[in-house]
Amino acid sequence: MHRIAIIGGGPGGTITANHLAEQLGPEIRRGEVGITLITDQPDQVYKPGFLYLALGLESPEHIRRPVRELVSPHVDVKLERVERVDTDRRQVNTAAGGRYPFDQLIIASGTRLDPAATPGLAEAGDWFYDEQGAQRLHAKLEALEGGRIVVSVIGVPHMCPVAPLEITFMLDDWLRRRGKREAFEITYTYPINRSHSIPEVAAWATPELSARDVRLETFFNAESVDAGEKVLASMEGTELAFDVLIAIPEHRSAAYLEASGLTEAGWVPTDRATLAVKGQEGIWALGDTTDLPVSKAGSVAHYQSSALAKNVVARVRGDAPTARYDGKTICFIEAGLDRATFLEFNYQRPPTVSEPTRTVHWAKLAYNNAYWLTARGAL
Amino acid sequence: MTDTAKQGTTVKQEIDARGSACPGPLMELIRGIKAAGVGDAVAVLSSDPGSNKDIPDWVDKIGFELVSNEDLGGYHRFVVRKTR
Repeated sequence: MHRIAIIGGGPGGTITANHLAEQLGPEIRRGEVGITLITDQPDQVYKPGFLYLALGLESPEHIRRPVRELVSPHVDVKLERVERVDTDRRQVNTAAGGRYPFDQLIIASGTRLDPAATPGLAEAGDWFYDEQGAQRLHAKLEALEGGRIVVSVIGVPHMCPVAPLEITFMLDDWLRRRGKREAFEITYTYPINRSHSIPEVAAWATPELSARDVRLETFFNAESVDAGEKVLASMEGTELAFDVLIAIPEHRSAAYLEASGLTEAGWVPTDRATLAVKGQEGIWALGDTTDLPVSKAGSVAHYQSSALAKNVVARVRGDAPTARYDGKTICFIEAGLDRATFLEFNYQRPPTVSEPTRTVHWAKLAYNNAYWLTARGAL
Repeated sequence: MTDTAKQGTTVKQEIDARGSACPGPLMELIRGIKAAGVGDAVAVLSSDPGSNKDIPDWVDKIGFELVSNEDLGGYHRFVVRKTR
């Protein structure tokens, strides 16, 4: 039997599993191919929902679904934590003692937050990049009547590159609707000399920030947080006092990948077209865990999964893997609570940012619900 | 990798960020500098034309030393020393 192991139950893992189950249906029914998906999380969480959760506009149960319900019944789901990939024996070892041999392995285990990498951040900072953090931030924002809010992009690259701008625009609207905006000073910090790494996004966002009276602090590489004094300090020597620090913490790939020697400078070295892990045979990677110069966004994992699945199927059938990922990325950008725009770009073509509209905002809200069809491989 | 750059500066780390789009090379340099000790120099190779402005601007802002900026034909090699 040709054994395919997938590590990760996020978008990249479930969409790829479903593509493979569909394309390899005849081989699976004949018992020639087996697909195992290994994840330590019983539920998949729709992470773009954290933005809304942080402002009390969404509920945790609405943005999660059991992984077993998202994948084809032909996929064997194991709820276990991966400890190591043994590339010599070609098997995945789990903390529960599971040993899963593979002929092909797909790494789709995303990224994790590492607030501890910034001294003081875990004690005094907030973030919206996980469920607990978003809920804690919401409680804090609800209780505050005024003060200094600092939105600081500390870790680059990070998940959903436009989310820090989105939370800033949404928060501004949220405070205005409550008649409290004038009681707050909002500062947005970014590590390089503009408001976003993508020049076209920066060109659009900088005047938007200014129009909303959000102070922009560039070349700000946060180094430490004084938890007692509530001051964020940068490498460049700038200090910002805050009442609420909305941080985008440093990100890292999963611990088992580092333990398995499958990372370089923190990420999995991956061929930008075929999605094969460099230096490995029959091992592939997609989504947030790769070192590719693309956004760490669900849409990237979605589009990558199409090419990756075709290459895995080709290998099962003894054909050459010829499918290519072209860098396609689509990102919605909430420009407040009732307007949005979106970006579409790839390796060759930079994005353009059009004027935000209510129509795109409603399309975004509709997709937030329709996403589960994507996770199932149907959209 | 360790080598000797201009002015007798010992480069403790060389980061090859060629092919990485803006602001990749600058962010790679910042990551390298964060991990470096005071007095250490870090080199970064960049084929992104934007680096020619971004990297010197950042070094100026933070007050470190731009030891050298060499045009090596198709890419630049910047050496930056962490001075504090």
